[in-house]
Amino acid sequence: MSPSQVNPRMSQEAVPDTPEERRSYLAEGHSLRSWLLTTDHKRIAILFMVAITFFFFCGGVAAALIRLDLLTPAPDLMSNDGYNRAFSLHGIIMVWFFLIPSIPTTFGNFLLPLMIGAKDLAFPRLNLASWYIFVLGGLFTLITVVAGGVDTGWTFYTPFSSTYSNGAVFLAITAVFISGFSSILTGINFIVTVHKLRCPGMTWGRLPLFVWSIYTTAIIFVLATPVLTITLVLVALERVFGLGIFDPALGGDPILFQHLFWFYSHPAVYIMVLPAMGVVSELITNAAHKQIFGYWFVAGSAIAIGVIGFMVWGHHMFVSGQSPYASAIFSFLSIVVAVPSAIKVYNWTATLHKGEIVIDGPLLYALGFIGLFTIGGLTGVMLAMIAADVHLTDTYFVVAHFHFIMVGGSVSAYFGALHFWWPKITGRLYNDMWARLAALLIFFGFVMTFAPQFVMGYEGMPRRYHVYPQVFQPLMVMSSVGSSVLAVAYVLPFFYLFWSLRYGKPAGPNPWGATGLEWTTPSPPPKDNFETVPVVDKEAYCYPEQGRAGEPQTQQAESVDA
Amino acid sequence: MPDARAVQPQFPTLERQNDADHFGMLLFLSTEVLIFGGVFAVAFTLRAEHADYAQASKQMHYWIGGINTGVLLTSSALVALMVEAVRAGRAKLAGWLLGGTIALGLVFLALKFTEYALEYRDGVVPILSDANLHGGVERLFMDLYFVATGLHALHVTVGLCLLGSLLWPFGRARRERTAVFAGNAALYWHLVDIVWVFLYPTLYLAR
Repeated sequence: MSPSQVNPRMSQEAVPDTPEERRSYLAEGHSLRSWLLTTDHKRIAILFMVAITFFFFCGGVAAALIRLDLLTPAPDLMSNDGYNRAFSLHGIIMVWFFLIPSIPTTFGNFLLPLMIGAKDLAFPRLNLASWYIFVLGGLFTLITVVAGGVDTGWTFYTPFSSTYSNGAVFLAITAVFISGFSSILTGINFIVTVHKLRCPGMTWGRLPLFVWSIYTTAIIFVLATPVLTITLVLVALERVFGLGIFDPALGGDPILFQHLFWFYSHPAVYIMVLPAMGVVSELITNAAHKQIFGYWFVAGSAIAIGVIGFMVWGHHMFVSGQSPYASAIFSFLSIVVAVPSAIKVYNWTATLHKGEIVIDGPLLYALGFIGLFTIGGLTGVMLAMIAADVHLTDTYFVVAHFHFIMVGGSVSAYFGALHFWWPKITGRLYNDMWARLAALLIFFGFVMTFAPQFVMGYEGMPRRYHVYPQVFQPLMVMSSVGSSVLAVAYVLPFFYLFWSLRYGKPAGPNPWGATGLEWTTPSPPPKDNFETVPVVDKEAYCYPEQGRAGEPQTQQAESVDA
Repeated sequence: MPDARAVQPQFPTLERQNDADHFGMLLFLSTEVLIFGGVFAVAFTLRAEHADYAQASKQMHYWIGGINTGVLLTSSALVALMVEAVRAGRAKLAGWLLGGTIALGLVFLALKFTEYALEYRDGVVPILSDANLHGGVERLFMDLYFVATGLHALHVTVGLCLLGSLLWPFGRARRERTAVFAGNAALYWHLVDIVWVFLYPTLYLAR
């Protein structure tokens, strides 16, 4: 592979459609109807991409308002109530309408069938239904905004949410409730697809690691989301009819709400980060052009994170009044869950060791993920210590910690995936110099935004306040400036990626010399994905022994026609 | 009789497609189990926290609940026989068994709402008619009782619609020997049944 193919420049003139593009899934009708009634997993992935990008910007606007307001210690941009509504909306939109669906519904949808050699997901119509349900939920979120917003924070803690809040809590809960069914249906679809639609030769031990992590994520979707569903129903009933479930005035138990809520919402963190880990496994192996170090350890650690992740929810409640014995066990398990995450980080690093590394956009995003995720993960271990947590609960330290994982980690991986599979999705190569610039900007903008928050949190700055002591202003300003760098870095890819649609070089089936089955089919793939049913005879990441000098090979069996 | 179901393009064989449909339904039911799991978690926690929590259940018409348990278990047996009848190709027998299942499901709902009416008369319905609800804990119990049985009744209704769709518009599904749709509808009905088997002792019997 020539370096110019890895780092292409834009051509000066528009490149006309290639024969592959004229036969691809994108050419199967251009009407709105052909998109809105499609059952093609690739088109549904793009529908999801459009929807979550929209919500990413809605959540981003709320974040911008927050950071703008925090430039000064005085409440000069928003009222107290307005500030509460801004951060609640930011949380609700970013968690449920961007981060949770982000990688699974877009790249999971697009790539899962391609990677296992299937024509589509097991239930294509259910897949489309999942999108419509998601959009309906999103619509309710927008109605919530119009109705005056909600001031409970994204966690809807009772009895504030069920009794005292004067926001549109019922509408917000309805929005999240509806979007949960979208998650459940997507989860069921993915699990069944992985079990039933692997092509001949694609054994469990040959699955790409992205498939393993999407599979684990799907299991969490199916096993955690229903608990959130019933919890939200109970809160809504308490709020609307005044039933006593969580309301202490009626004998109910507000801590019970926290248990039920975090039983979903802690595994939900792994819904956000496991797919990102899957993406990074793909990006790192390709950048190093060699077999992943310890395939089964990386796959197994995804499962381990999924399993242990269900048993750590109590670490959100160390100061809520749960039993100290429970806290001790949750603390121990929360430390344990860091082990499989660390295994992954070590294995990625070992994969890069002595690899033939080409530093391109996708690799920089993946490295950004590893760096930010490691900081986020290590501070997570700090927070798992009860003694430290009592001091740090509800401070900016916690805010910085989960933003490092969920935004620093997962969003970097999302953009990494977008760059790595962009040629497959659209058939065009983008200008890699811009990609590298955007990746670096995201990393540094992010660190500038959230590193100061660790310091402020450690010094006692509580979260969810917009009036703060003068002494924190320099750090707050640094954070706000960093967030504007971050905003530029997030917007930048839209320009050069859309530019590439018209001016980019045609990618060819396998621009990176990668090994997955998705690279054996033309870019963009035809509607049925493969011309003939693929047969697999090699394990994942079967990069040639000679490295980049060798003939590129994929998992596809050589003599499939014979 | 040739199978009327067509293989969708993403599946290599019809058998694989049937497996997938069955597996998907089981996964969906696991989500339903977890939804009710939340209700049971609330019931057990509040019971552990309040010594006199189950006091209110002494006023319940446990005999109606008992009859309803029998009704629902019988209907579940009928629906299981219905699936076997479909597999054996005896569509007419399957139709009768299906009719029996639906009839018993309707009996369950009728009895359940009779019970609600009796509770309204007794003055133990929170908000609407709470003349005889003594103290907060009794109220707390009845709140959850109505949430749990109401949610269950909703699932009974959905199950009846699902089974009803086997009469019309999917009567064809009763003549398919693989019994994929009929089997899945029956599975859903079994879920409705098994949830009740746990709800009944939790709300009526464990005092």
